[in-house]
Parts: sequence; C-alpha cells; structure tokens
Amino acid sequence: MSSVGELTADETPLFDPMAPLTATGNLRRRMAVSRVSESGSTVCALAAVAVLLILVIGIAIRGASVLSIGFITQNQSGLTGGGIANYLLGTFVIVVFGAVIAVPIGVLTGLYMTEFAGPRSLTGRTLKLVLDLLQGVPTIVVGLFVYGLIVLAEHKETGFAASVALAIVMLPLVARASQEVLLLVPGSLREAADALGVARWRTVVGVILPNAAGGIVTGVILATARAAGETAPVLLVNSLFDPYSTQLNIFGHGVPTVPMLILNTTDLALPDAFNRAWGAAFVLLVLILFANILARVIVARSRRRMGL
Amino acid sequence: MGSPLAFAGARGGARATRQLGDRLLFGLCALAALIVVATLGYLAYQMIDSASPAISRFGLGFLTHSTWAPEFGKFGVLDLIYGTVVSSLFALVIAGPLGIAIALYLSMIASPKVRAVIGPLVEMLAAIPSIILGFWGVLVLAPFLVHLEPGLHSVLGFIPLFGAPQPIGISMFAAGIVLTIMILPIVSALCRDLFLTVPEDLKDGAAALGATRWEVIRGVVLPSTVSGISAAMVLALGRALGEAIAVSLVIGDVTAKHISIFQPSETLAGRIANQFPGANTSLFVAALFYAGLVLLVIGLITSLAARAIAGRFDVQRSYARAVAQ
Amino acid sequence: MTILYPVSDDSGQEPVRGRIRIQTGPVPQPIPRSADDRAALHELRAVVFDIRDLSVYYGEKRALTGTTFPIYRNLVTAVIGPSGCGKSTFIRTLNRMNDAIPGFRIEGQVLYNGHDVYDTGVNRVEVRRRIGMVFQKPNPFPKSIYDNVAWAPRNLGLRSGLAERVERALRSAALWDEVKDRLRDSALSLSGGQQQRLCIARAIAVEPDVLLLDEPASALDPVATASIEELMHTLKARYTIVIVTHNMQQAARVADRTAFFSLDRADQVGTLIEYADTETIFRSPRDTRTRAYVTGQFG
Repeated sequence: MSSVGELTADETPLFDPMAPLTATGNLRRRMAVSRVSESGSTVCALAAVAVLLILVIGIAIRGASVLSIGFITQNQSGLTGGGIANYLLGTFVIVVFGAVIAVPIGVLTGLYMTEFAGPRSLTGRTLKLVLDLLQGVPTIVVGLFVYGLIVLAEHKETGFAASVALAIVMLPLVARASQEVLLLVPGSLREAADALGVARWRTVVGVILPNAAGGIVTGVILATARAAGETAPVLLVNSLFDPYSTQLNIFGHGVPTVPMLILNTTDLALPDAFNRAWGAAFVLLVLILFANILARVIVARSRRRMGL
Repeated sequence: MGSPLAFAGARGGARATRQLGDRLLFGLCALAALIVVATLGYLAYQMIDSASPAISRFGLGFLTHSTWAPEFGKFGVLDLIYGTVVSSLFALVIAGPLGIAIALYLSMIASPKVRAVIGPLVEMLAAIPSIILGFWGVLVLAPFLVHLEPGLHSVLGFIPLFGAPQPIGISMFAAGIVLTIMILPIVSALCRDLFLTVPEDLKDGAAALGATRWEVIRGVVLPSTVSGISAAMVLALGRALGEAIAVSLVIGDVTAKHISIFQPSETLAGRIANQFPGANTSLFVAALFYAGLVLLVIGLITSLAARAIAGRFDVQRSYARAVAQ
Repeated sequence: MTILYPVSDDSGQEPVRGRIRIQTGPVPQPIPRSADDRAALHELRAVVFDIRDLSVYYGEKRALTGTTFPIYRNLVTAVIGPSGCGKSTFIRTLNRMNDAIPGFRIEGQVLYNGHDVYDTGVNRVEVRRRIGMVFQKPNPFPKSIYDNVAWAPRNLGLRSGLAERVERALRSAALWDEVKDRLRDSALSLSGGQQQRLCIARAIAVEPDVLLLDEPASALDPVATASIEELMHTLKARYTIVIVTHNMQQAARVADRTAFFSLDRADQVGTLIEYADTETIFRSPRDTRTRAYVTGQFG
C-alpha cells in the first residue's frame, strides 16, 4: 500500500490532466444515460400537459355550440333549451353561504393555532391532526353526514344542507391557509406591540389580520373554487330542485347547481341536453381556472411586494 | 391631567376594555377550534349511528359477502371493496412513477422559465372538478376505449387482466384512467415540493464529485426522499379510494368481481353515489351508510399512515396546496 | 526541515518508494530566502490555472472584477480577504459550480492546463471530475461511511479494488483509524470534524487533479481544524490545492502562495489586490490595503 501522497512508479493517474475538457473514460456513456432520463421526464411532463389540453380544448369545442350571452343570462326552458343562469346563481349562492360558514371558523381556528396554542402544544398538535383527518374524509362521506344531520331532520333536501356540506369541505383548507399566512407575520410586530402595551386583540385585529389578509383571501378563493365543483355532497343533500326557475332561498328549498345539471344530463339520452351540459362544464371550468389564476396573481404580487 | 381618581378610572376603564377584548378574542378562537373538533367527532358518531341498523344486521359479514340485492334486503360489499382497491391501485401504478418523473423534471431538470409555464399547467389538472372528468369520461373516453380495448386485448389478452372487452367502454379500465388523471397532479405536486426540500449543498456535493444529473438524482435525491415519496403515494391512494362521482359515471355500477379490467365494476364510493338517491328502504340507507363508514375508516387510516410515514416532510400541507387548485 | 526534492535515504527509516518524500509533524520554519528567490522557485512550476482578467456577474450585479493571476502545480494557494469580497464566488468559478445560479456569467478566461474551462463543448461533469471541491459545511450523503467514499468511484466505473481505494482515501484524509471498524455506520453519526475529513476522503477517492477547498475548517472546532490543516501538507504532494479561508493565521500556516482579495472601495466589487508567496503577503506586503488587512486593521 503506497503511503500518503506518494505516486508509485507503477501508478498512473486516472486521466491525463492535460487532455481537453471533453468526456473521458466512461463519461460519454453516463452522459447518454443522463440525457435519456432527462428526455423521459420531459416526455412525461409534456404528456400531462397534453392531457390537460385534450380535456380543456375538448370541453371548449363541444360546449361552443351553445355558448352565448343568453346561455349565461337565461334560465332553462324546456328539457333541453335555454340557458343555465339559474344553475349558475344557485351554485353561487350555495358556495358563498358555505364560505360564510367556513371562513370565520377557519380563520379563527388558524388564529387559535398561531396565537394561543403553539405548534408544539397539545392543543396545537391535536388541532392539526383533526384538520388533517378532516381533509382526508371522502366528500361523499361528508354528504352522508350532512344528510343524516340536516336532511333527515328537515325531511327535505335543501340548498342550506349543501352549503353546510361544502363548508365542511372548505374548512380544513381555509384553516390551514390562514394558519400558514398568520405564521408568516414577523414575530417582531407582535413583540413591538406587546412592548407598547397594546392589547392583544387590538394587535390581532389592527396589525396581524391586515398583514395576513392577502394570503387568507387567496386561500378562500382557492377553497371556494374547489367547493364550486364538488358534486358528491351536493348530490346527496340537494338533488331535488326546480330546473326551470331561479331559487335563491337556500332554506327549505332545493337549489339548482351546475354540477347537478351536468350529472343529471348523463341520465338523459338527448344530444341537445349534452350540448348544454358541455357548455355548462365549460363555463364552470373557466370560472374555476380563472379563480386559480387570480389566486396566483395575488400571491405573485404580494411576494413581489415583500421583496422575495 | 384630571384628578388622580379620574386618571385611575380612565386606566381601569382601558384595562377593562383590554381584558374584555382579549377574552372575547380567545373565546371566539377557542369556540372555532372546538367546532372543528366537534365536527370531526360528530361526523364519526353520526356515521356509526346511521349505519347501526345495518351493522347489527350484518356485522362484519358485510365486508366479506358479495351479494348486493336491495330487493331482498341482502347487502355485502366484498365486490365493492375489490373494485375500489383494483381501480385505485391501477391509478397509483401509473400515476405514481409518472408523477415522480414529472416532479423530477419540474424540480431538477427544467429551466426556471420553462418550469414557470409547465408547473402551473400540471397543477391545473388538479383543478378540474370530478364531475367534469366523469362527464368527459362517459361521453369521450368510453367511446374511445371501445376502439382501444379490442386492440389491447389482442396484444395483451394472454394476461387475464386484459380479458374480453365490453361493447360500451364503461369499465374498470375507464375508471382507472379517470382516477389516474385525478391523482397524477397530486403525486407530482407532492413529490415536487419534496424534491425541492433536498438541501442544495447535498446536491452540490454530489455534482462536485463529477456526477451526471441522473446520478445525482439516483444517488442522492431519490434515496433521501423515499419516506416522503411513500407518504405522497399513500395520500394519493387515499384520494383515489374515496373518489365517488367521476368513478360512478364510468365504472358501470355492476356488483361483480371480474379479473378483466375491461369489465364493468363498482367501488364503495361509486355505489353510494349511484344508489343513494334511489334508496327506498331504511335498511338500504343504513347499508349505504355502512359503506360510507368503511370509506371513512379508509380515509382516516390513509391520512394517519401518510403522516406517520412522511416524517419531517409536511405532506399534508403540500396535499392541501395541491387539491385547492 | 522541509525537503522538497527527491532524496535517497539510508538512515534506517522506512524505505522511500516514489519520487517525493514528505515529512509530517510540526510546521517547520521556512528557509530564509529573499522574496525574489521564493517567487522564482514557484514560477518554475507548471501553471494549473491561468486566470485572465476574470469578471463574474450575477445578472446585472458584478461580483468580481478584472482578476488575473496564475495558480501553480502542487502548491497550496490560499485566497483570503474580508467577507463579501468574492472569494467563494471565485473558487466556485474554477470548477463551474456557479453555473446553476441564475444570471451567472463571466468575462475573461479561466484556463485549466491551457484549456478554457468555459469554452463551448467543454463537459461540465468532466471539469468537476478533474477539479474536486470540498465545501464549507460538511455535506456527507445520508449513506454509510463506506458508501459515501465509494459512491463516486462506482459512478466512474472503478469497481475493481474499490475497498482498497476507499481505505486509501480514508487514510489520506487521516480518518481511517477512527472509522475502520464501523464503515457500515451512517456517515451522519460522525462528528463535524470527522464528517469534513470524510468529505475530503470522498473528494480524493476519485483522484482528481485539483482540490478546491471553500473554507473547509470554518465550521469546525480548533482540534478538527488542526487536523484538516495537517492534511494540506501531505495532500499537496499529489494535488494542487486552492483554499479559501477567512482565517489569516490558517493561511500563514498552510499556504505556499496567497491571493488577497478585497472590495473595491468605490463600487463594492471584489477584486484581486495582491498575489505573492505567503511570507511576502504577511511580512512585507506591497499594497497598503493588504498591509491593513493582514495587520488586522479591518475585515
């Protein structure tokens, strides 16, 4: 064994240091392997994008025939005619009411986790566990729960039940988004307010919440977009409605929603109905994608403002 | 300043407001937290309670019998469990490696400009509501599969998995494809977040030893993220197991165990979606609640397992960001 | 006394095999020579790096400006200077480790053995294979000690005699005795100093031509630092070593030549101020800024 630092007479360096800096030894083969794997990953990514385009463009093309201003502003007339205005309004009303329930509870829960129970405390960890579990509950089970909770009690399916179900779906998302954004508020702000003797609640309301408002709004937009497309809970608790008229009173009445329109259409064998459903699907998709882009823009702008 | 008494009164008044405000804030927050916990608790209780007629009638035999005959009051979900497991595993087997490859591409291979375009596009796949996927599946995918399946059968038919196809394209295969599309962006987003947590100096150290990019991935990035990848797979599997609407539209609602994936089938969630609106006896409803209870248990187990496997990586956080897209 | 030239030995010690014999131990006093003699001796050696008017930009921001000097074979060349003066940027530019940083570009040339490192057609992986690097913070892989050292040789296809190669590298890094009984243990179970020596072993296991060390001892305690410094003397027989350090005494102990970088007062861009053999830099620097730095007046 040659000792440290010595070059024995029969030991040659593994490469010629003076040679040009191109691949030596087995590097050419290894570069080829690396390039193949990179190409493979690229193909996979492009395939995913292709699937997205196939879906979106496919829906757009098939829905294009019914799209018009009237489609969005008129109610349904007859089995296959008219627009989807009542469905759009119904979805809007139900989702907004669901948000009215979910957002305060979610934001306050997030506040609780950041202000009163640290991430390491028992309450903090329990809350995180509960929120994680709620997130993992299948939405059809949420529908069953609300059915037993409200529909059986009221003996009818209502838009209100759908709002409650959607609120349960939105709740973990809003709570988590709030908690993350509230954690980002610099501790120095809190300390400064404390040092000045400002009341805790004033700090929260006047400084912390405004600071976190952007992130919370983003979380709410995304959670709402998700809820707007949820069908399983709505199917179980709000499937009986008048398809021809607008119904804004969610209490005591079934409310028409876009997902239910699309779902019901699959039972009909009428091509005109299919066209309307494609149009509705396209409108719903556009609204959801628009909400996503809006959320991204808000995040990007606030990040720029923070100098990141 | 006024008299000392007035001053003390003013201070006392301010302190009272402060205490009231602080207590009110704490009360509201605690109440909200309590509502969250109560919701989960009551949900579990409600499911057990509503399923209890079926539980007392069938016991655990519900899970081991295949007969689903509402007219005769006989309910067993063995075939539904089979359909649930097979369709979800199908999706995971395809979406898993694909998602990892896409995540590697987005985190390690793509240039920042390309990443800024392709990344959001892949994420938007997750934004497509399941009803739209299901609708597209029935009207576009199924007819396409009618053309595709005979070809696949002729090539792969020696494997029982790819048996004789159906004439209408509604099948386990269609459900598997729809589920694949649904969980692919989840796997991809979770793994991408995961790969971005690999410390830069670890990758630098590997690169400085004259390793190619693939060697850095294979030698350092993948081995150090194995537990995170496993957790991501578990969460994505959980999502697939619980999906109701999209599956219900393309799988056929047939209670049977077919080896061939080209045959129709049904899942637990799909059965609830398909038959709950028409359930006309209280036992029928209870049986569907029982099926929902099984789904709830599955959902809770996957969430817990993913948390346990993931270790330091906050997999649930990435999951929340991936699905709220 | 440090002997630099091949000698035959019949003093009864272990027979010398090879062309160079090194003696480790306390740092010997340098032979008194004039500054010109020392410069002449160094310049007899081959030039490994020929830095020509090198400027480094990150986007619009210039981090390093007009730097020109040669780095000689089988010497330890230290790069010193106040924080933020571009030392790390400079050394990472030598083996193209800055390529991944967005907006990175250079003007001027870095010639390695006469070849332009940033030429089109240069294989980056090959560059790093020949010019190894050890980083400031130890960064062992989450693998066993053995696999850490064996990983890169396996990639290169050096599978025969792998165990001997690993042992040799660990011996050269003065780590073998401490780990020889637990090679299968995780590398993360080692202390900081041991981890850094493991990273050095890892780098020399593939027998590069050059070793770049970016503040290798700054995260270590004094005992570990001393053992790293001892290694420099033994390793430079085989490798050309460039070491960045913010510790002037370390440079004085370890380096043959020293390059002093500092921030240009006007536009806050790093630049080479003075480059000479270590004794000159510390005893009789030519530039007032160098003198101010080495006498501790700033930085």
